[in-house]
Amino acid sequence: MTETRPENGEGVVLKASNLHRWLGNEENRVHALRGVSLSLEAGKVHAVVGPSGCGKSTLLYLLGLLDRPDDGDLWLMGKQMTVASEAERTPARNEHIGFVFQFHFLMPEFTAAENIMLPMRKLNRLTENEMNERSGQILQDIGLEDKGHRLAYHLSGGEQQRVAVGRALANFPGLLLADEPTGNLDQKNSDSIFALLCRLARQKGQAVLIVTHNLELAEQCDTTFSLVDGNLT
Amino acid sequence: MKRNFQIALRFLLAKRRAMLMTLAGIVFGVAFFIVTQAQTHGFEDLFIRTVLGANGALRVQDKFQNPITSLMADTGDSTEGFRVPLKEGRTYIPGISHPGVIKESVEKFSSVSGVSEVLAGRASVSSGFRSLKTEVLGIRLNDHLSVTDLGSQIRFGSLARYSEEPSGILIGTRLAGRLQIDIGDTLFMEHLGAKRRYRLVGIFETGVGQYDLTRTFIHLDEARLLFKKPFGSSYLQVALFDSDKAPQVALHLEETLQHNVDSWQEREKTWLDVFRVLRFSSGLTMASIIVIAGLGMFNTLAMIVMERQREIAILRSIGYTRGDIISIFLQQGMAVLIAGILLGWILALALTYGVSSLPIHIRGVFSADSFVVKWSLYHYLWAGFIASIVILLASFLPARRAAHIDPGEVIRRMGG
Repeated sequence: MTETRPENGEGVVLKASNLHRWLGNEENRVHALRGVSLSLEAGKVHAVVGPSGCGKSTLLYLLGLLDRPDDGDLWLMGKQMTVASEAERTPARNEHIGFVFQFHFLMPEFTAAENIMLPMRKLNRLTENEMNERSGQILQDIGLEDKGHRLAYHLSGGEQQRVAVGRALANFPGLLLADEPTGNLDQKNSDSIFALLCRLARQKGQAVLIVTHNLELAEQCDTTFSLVDGNLT
Repeated sequence: MKRNFQIALRFLLAKRRAMLMTLAGIVFGVAFFIVTQAQTHGFEDLFIRTVLGANGALRVQDKFQNPITSLMADTGDSTEGFRVPLKEGRTYIPGISHPGVIKESVEKFSSVSGVSEVLAGRASVSSGFRSLKTEVLGIRLNDHLSVTDLGSQIRFGSLARYSEEPSGILIGTRLAGRLQIDIGDTLFMEHLGAKRRYRLVGIFETGVGQYDLTRTFIHLDEARLLFKKPFGSSYLQVALFDSDKAPQVALHLEETLQHNVDSWQEREKTWLDVFRVLRFSSGLTMASIIVIAGLGMFNTLAMIVMERQREIAILRSIGYTRGDIISIFLQQGMAVLIAGILLGWILALALTYGVSSLPIHIRGVFSADSFVVKWSLYHYLWAGFIASIVILLASFLPARRAAHIDPGEVIRRMGG
């Protein structure tokens, strides 16, 4: 593992270098990632494509600081995160990373606005009024300004996924990671969510990484990486 | 804290039925614990009041001589010497040969509030109807009133009459019943062939069945004549300002006076132990309800952890720390705990009040016509403390488990 900090190019939000990850126990170990390197730039939408089981989600969890690589280096906002403690990684997730998963994973008993405010409450930098104001703005951005007070389980699948996008954007993170964000939606909702992600990324200058097996969708991104047998091309 | 409480509350409300059962367990456990403690403590206190009211806090009686081993250990040098008083080897000389001197010495102790000289003996008391064995206590009324509750125990007749009448006698309610006599009637007391006549001027009730059946009070001078003891007395009955300190004062008096001194705690050890065991066992039984509520809490929270793995994983992914997750689950336990303790306290107040007005007829070791309760803040604090320990422990284990959920693994497993 190199200890040299890379030159963080202008607008590079996340840089990964030579990431390796083995999954499974001692007897059935799978070398899921075999030296993956990539850079994610602010204001651009990136895609990682590949067949099922090629390690796309594993890569996303590594980049999202939900998992640790067995080897390689990772810098987020210029800070080395591979060896960072859990006490450093957890706040970094809160402040700098937004997640959108295939399933929305909203808190069902919370309203749309309350779900969006969850990361803000944790960051604890805004007053209650400011949080309400920001969640209102985000609801407007995701086209749900009139549904902020609805409980999450009263929203449709497409609306729930929009709220999940809103929650990911709550703290204006530099990096937005989306794992098959449209995989559970119909075509109309899928297009809408993808357009939303692209628009917000460009507007707010965020780096977006979408993990998908949908090649059509990937072609519309600024940069596309192909993950095959644990290697990125 | 507030953000975590909001999440805790929502998790809690989603499981409100299971939580209500746990809450009910805490409420009833806390309430019943307090009520049983209030009752057993109340009866214990009544017993102690009765005992102190009848026999005083201390009894100074037989003179003793220390055994040789004890004397040898006592070098007389306060800096180097030591003393090992061996009670078992003492030689006792029955009674107090110079009661006036001893009484005067005892009265000098600042912790002593009253001293009464008593000459006791057994005699037969007879009315026209029948004859019974009694324990005759020769007393000086004013002294004895300062060490007992005799003043408030008179049911018929009067103490004023007793103090005016040299041959006046006071007897217990049960003895009066057995002898079928009334105020103003004549009684005969017989001891070793000597027979003297007395007039019944008062009937008392201590609440202790045995005393009310066997005790009689006559003037000390009359007792000297009856028992043919012109000097000395059987014992001194002593009252203290703080009767809880009786064992310490007894030791001090014993050392100073070289007379055997018994505290009320030593005299009534058996009964006090019975009350203590009763209080402990009833407390233990009632605490078990709280423990069962704790198991309910553990079960419910463990279920929430199982069902909420996805939400916990998401919270972790958006930056909530392990500490936040523990706090969310502990706060669920705390919310139910606080509600349970407060409601339990309110229920305990109502039940204790209700129980205290239930009629009951107890005569024997004490006299009670309704359930006796003791209102003590400590019962409430103890119940709250036990509930807190049980519930927090029951909440902490699932909370810890929730905090150790690996968000990446859960999201991967759930098809994130």
